[in-house]
Amino acid sequence: MSDIPKDLRYTDSHEWLELQDDGNWRVGITDHAQSQLGELVFVELPEVEDEVGSGDACGVVESVKAASDIYAPITGTITAVNDNLEDEPDLINSDCYGDGWLFEISAADDAQLAELMDAEAYSDLVAD
Amino acid sequence: MTSAAKHTPLYQQHLELNGQMVDFAGWQLPARYQGVMEEHHAVRRQAGLFDVSHMTIVDISGPQAAAFLRRLVANNIDKLTTPGKALYTCMLNEQGGILDDLIVYFFAENDYRIVVNAATRDQDIEWINRQSAAFDVQISERPELALLALQGPRAEEHLCRQRDSLSEAIRMLKPFNALRDADTTIARTGYTGEDGFEIMLPADQAVTLWQALVQDGVTPCGLGARDTLRLEAGMCLYGQDMDASVSPLESGLGWTVSWDPEDRDFIGRTALAAQKQQGTTQKLVGLVIDKRTVMRTGYKVFLGDQQVGEVTSGTFSPTIEKPIGMARVSREVQDQCEVEIRGKRLAARVVRPMFVRKGQIQDGIV
Repeated sequence: MSDIPKDLRYTDSHEWLELQDDGNWRVGITDHAQSQLGELVFVELPEVEDEVGSGDACGVVESVKAASDIYAPITGTITAVNDNLEDEPDLINSDCYGDGWLFEISAADDAQLAELMDAEAYSDLVAD
Repeated sequence: MTSAAKHTPLYQQHLELNGQMVDFAGWQLPARYQGVMEEHHAVRRQAGLFDVSHMTIVDISGPQAAAFLRRLVANNIDKLTTPGKALYTCMLNEQGGILDDLIVYFFAENDYRIVVNAATRDQDIEWINRQSAAFDVQISERPELALLALQGPRAEEHLCRQRDSLSEAIRMLKPFNALRDADTTIARTGYTGEDGFEIMLPADQAVTLWQALVQDGVTPCGLGARDTLRLEAGMCLYGQDMDASVSPLESGLGWTVSWDPEDRDFIGRTALAAQKQQGTTQKLVGLVIDKRTVMRTGYKVFLGDQQVGEVTSGTFSPTIEKPIGMARVSREVQDQCEVEIRGKRLAARVVRPMFVRKGQIQDGIV
């Protein structure tokens, strides 16, 4: 059974979002996603100030066996990326909701946030 | 997923160990249990256990068994002079293309066993039956036998503990040799680049041995680690690094072709001899990228602006901690080339495709 924190929002492509104090959204991949991928050995992230559209592939996480795209969960501008992942991609495996976060984004369209799933809806998705 | 998915005798064990099951050539097999990295390192440093019962075991016997095998495979089974000796070889079509790679075991005069790949089982059996029509031989598949691979520097001590009465014989067993004990065949062979054994035995005994080895601390390993280990060891995977469209000479497997004696007319010899004389246009090489990324099968290889080949197998090497791969490239590729990864070209070093053996990173790799 995977860990799905109550206070986060989720996408059907297994990213999570957390509102930061500065109003930006921090993004990572869920426990379910990291466990499906296995030990990650490489992460490619967007760059700060990149403009991304909701659903755009904006990065890659790779395990020994598989590469998986990371999708921008909302339209906006990248405001920060987690540089620690370059040398320690397995932070995503050990702490996907904490030190293993991927990037932060400022939302261009608040209406998109309403379309994200809550923990309950995401639990139903991964239970199938 | 089809309802006809096949299960090996160890299927229940895989479920109990929380194996992440995947389809491989119609078989349900574990991709991993705990994690590929952990399983990989266990084999390099201690001992790991693989269920490879999906592989196809075929006994070939009868008055013309030796004559048939001299014709069937590109390596020469006359090198097998003592009972138990094993030989790695390719089986070719008339054009010299590789139909499969396999191991031939010599048990006694005109009594041989071959082990072929699961993915090629149907066409192999059909081919072998067709080619054997002119020979007085019996071809019998042995689906009742399971196949376990116990690999790693501590494989020997673990196996000796489970087979006390055979421990002396197991210790004496040389690489590429097998011993038989009732229904069990223990061969000092493997697909990891480490010392180890491949053990063919009846299904019920395989379950007991599996459980005992795991109980004794051997790490169960899935297909993921099998792939990273064999790739580090520079061992080809059929269907990926070679297939019927390429010859052994284009696959780094020229050493498995036995040209002597000149009058041994193995299938594919004429075509292969012509290719050898003309010279091959492509070759299989190893690649290393000195940057953190992952090389994947199918990535394009460049020399300047020209595409000169393709990565046939790629991964992130757990031992070297760099991306490594095998690639089929044109003859002119020397020490350097570039690999295109998601639109970017990264410099790659061309190396002999043998990255790690017996726990040691080979010279020139890092």
